[in-house]
Amino acid sequence: MKPDTWKSALLSVLIAALFIGVWHLATLPKAATAQSAANDEYAVLLGKTSAKQTGFPPPLEIGKAIVKYLGDPFYDHGPNDKGIAIQLGHSLGRVGIGFLLAALVAIPLGFTIGMSPLIYRALDPFIQVLKPISPLAWMPLALYTIKDSNISGIFVIFICSLWPMLINTAFGVAGVRRDWLNVARTLEVRPLRRAFTVILPAAAPTIVTGARISMGIAWLVIVAAEMLVGGTGIGYFVWNEWNNLALPNVIFAILMIGLVGMALDHLFAMLQKWVTYAE
Amino acid sequence: MSAFKDPFDYRNRLGAGSCTCGKHQSQAEHDAVDELAIGADEDTLSQRVIESAVMRAIFPDDNKRRDFLRAVGKSTALAAISSVFPFGALEAMAADKLPLEKSNLKIGFIPITCSSPIVMAEPLGFYRAQGLSVEVVKTASWALIRDKVINKEYDASHMLAPMPIAMSLGVGSSPLAVNVATIQNTNGQAITLALKHKDKRDPKMWKGFKFAVPFDYSMHNFLLRYYVAEYGLDPDKDIQIRVVPPPEMVANLRAGNIDGFLGPDPFNQRAVYDEVGFIHILSKDIWDGHPCCSFAAPAEFVKQNPNTFAALYRAVLTASKMARDPKNRPIIAEVLSPPNYLNQPKTVLEQVLTGRFADGLGQVQNVPTRADFDPFPWYSMAVWILTQMKRWGYVKGDVQYKDIAEKVYLLTDARRHMAEVGIAAPKENYAKFKVLGKEFDPMKPDAYLESFAIKRS
Ligand SMILES: [Zn+2]
Ligand SMILES: [Zn+2]
Repeated sequence: MKPDTWKSALLSVLIAALFIGVWHLATLPKAATAQSAANDEYAVLLGKTSAKQTGFPPPLEIGKAIVKYLGDPFYDHGPNDKGIAIQLGHSLGRVGIGFLLAALVAIPLGFTIGMSPLIYRALDPFIQVLKPISPLAWMPLALYTIKDSNISGIFVIFICSLWPMLINTAFGVAGVRRDWLNVARTLEVRPLRRAFTVILPAAAPTIVTGARISMGIAWLVIVAAEMLVGGTGIGYFVWNEWNNLALPNVIFAILMIGLVGMALDHLFAMLQKWVTYAE
Repeated sequence: MSAFKDPFDYRNRLGAGSCTCGKHQSQAEHDAVDELAIGADEDTLSQRVIESAVMRAIFPDDNKRRDFLRAVGKSTALAAISSVFPFGALEAMAADKLPLEKSNLKIGFIPITCSSPIVMAEPLGFYRAQGLSVEVVKTASWALIRDKVINKEYDASHMLAPMPIAMSLGVGSSPLAVNVATIQNTNGQAITLALKHKDKRDPKMWKGFKFAVPFDYSMHNFLLRYYVAEYGLDPDKDIQIRVVPPPEMVANLRAGNIDGFLGPDPFNQRAVYDEVGFIHILSKDIWDGHPCCSFAAPAEFVKQNPNTFAALYRAVLTASKMARDPKNRPIIAEVLSPPNYLNQPKTVLEQVLTGRFADGLGQVQNVPTRADFDPFPWYSMAVWILTQMKRWGYVKGDVQYKDIAEKVYLLTDARRHMAEVGIAAPKENYAKFKVLGKEFDPMKPDAYLESFAIKRS
């Protein structure tokens, strides 16, 4: 590793340590308030004698939650209480299916739009109207028409993944250099072959960028969607712990959401690098 | 196999706090999981589950339990415990089993104490005793319960008592005939206010307050409207009422988004426990014996699966019977506390169910009837609900009070099945009752409606 990398890594660790240190100090329990012995029962009923968590949880509590959930990630205690790995699996499954369906629609459609200025102009107003609609606003409509909460969740992922991929594909295809296309035309390459051998490789970096944006949005949306619809998934986990006002568990879940989101983004960054070399 | 250790054998450890294998939140849950996996001699097993739960509730300390059994012997202990607990009910019901049309069912619930009978019937094995394999699915909001029932994702569900009426009338959703099999719970709600309003105990001082209720078609909404209107406030003009799913009420109260709520327990008690609110009035003190939630199923399901529905009836009513007995309340608190069910601190549930609770104002109150689980679906309850729906403009025009009540509430079936599980049911179908001291005569709904000064119609 280059010395610079070392330095930045060291700095990252220092920042993290400082952050946790300040957090720890800020959430240190205040000096025990004197309980009036006269009202012992009241204190017990308020949970004051047990280790009840009040206020923002200290880092140690989060640590305990991490150990607890990562120590047994696959437990299954019935339909409403499953291990963190199972919940993440459900979320990733929904995102995966919705995202793939979106890609199946967005990339061919984007190709068509990108290659034909006429279709581009005809579809543009629809895309402009539909694109900014919050994905979650589709949820009630989906529940009403699809009549299945699980498929509705997948539909919401589909619809939010669609636009960035569609627009980027169209943009990438339309931007393929004229001279390459002219070369291809003089060589009498057939349109379909032209699409695969010339346009696709040239537009790939832009398409993957669109996919990367889509995946980022999809991962954000799935958490919110599962909080709405519940049942399974990391969003349901957050909701269930929020109901219990169990902040350490909620923070643990937020951490996991962040880590998985980062891993997904990293995956697409690698794909981006790979397709860019094609040029 | 450790789950099925005989709880009356002093040599066995029951694992106080968590379960015998250490992987589950409670023994009841451990047993529920293992039992499904093994599926051996079901009747004996479910009885063991209950016996274990009872023994653990009476002797939280494992050593004390063993000392007790060593001292008095197993049969004496069993006799003593049986006197407080309906062990016999399970075997009695296993009797005339007709072939079930459908045995794998999904039932939705909202994580509130109202749902106790439906939910506890699962870990305690009451569904399995009827040959049913039921998944009780926690659901995020009442709107979602309604949608999932309409979409047939749930076969039957926990519903607010007014919901089946609204759904059957097609008010607030596309019409779907839904039946109320039993009332899930009576009383058990409260008006909770933010701590900063400690000195505003007179509702006349509530002008401009923002309140939360769980759903438009809820007893909570109707009771809150009734309550403030009796104090001269117009619920549509003088206060704001917004719909917030019960689990989110405490978080909203803490954040200051609302001044109070008429909400279901355990969230009133949870607001006290988290020191963000106090209990202003129990719903019992507005209308003692009011219905809150119901156990409901689409009429189509009832018609197509008569034997399955009868089995469901018996399972849920067994749970109601158990839940009504104050002696069982601490056990129920324990069974419902884990994340798979209500996901709440046990002490909060216990305070709600036993009625000995901290009120948020520094006092310990003792109200054993704070929550009850009387299952009888009086037609008069449905008529009252309809008068309030009309009063606040949720339904317009002439209302066929009796027709609707008798179509939606399955009072006759409830009476028959209550007899099967040994619950005494009233002989009448309609009863008068008092709300804030004012008498309601179910035979004169229109005159009742006329008598209110504040109303929309
Ligand atoms: Zn276990
Ligand atoms: Zn209720």
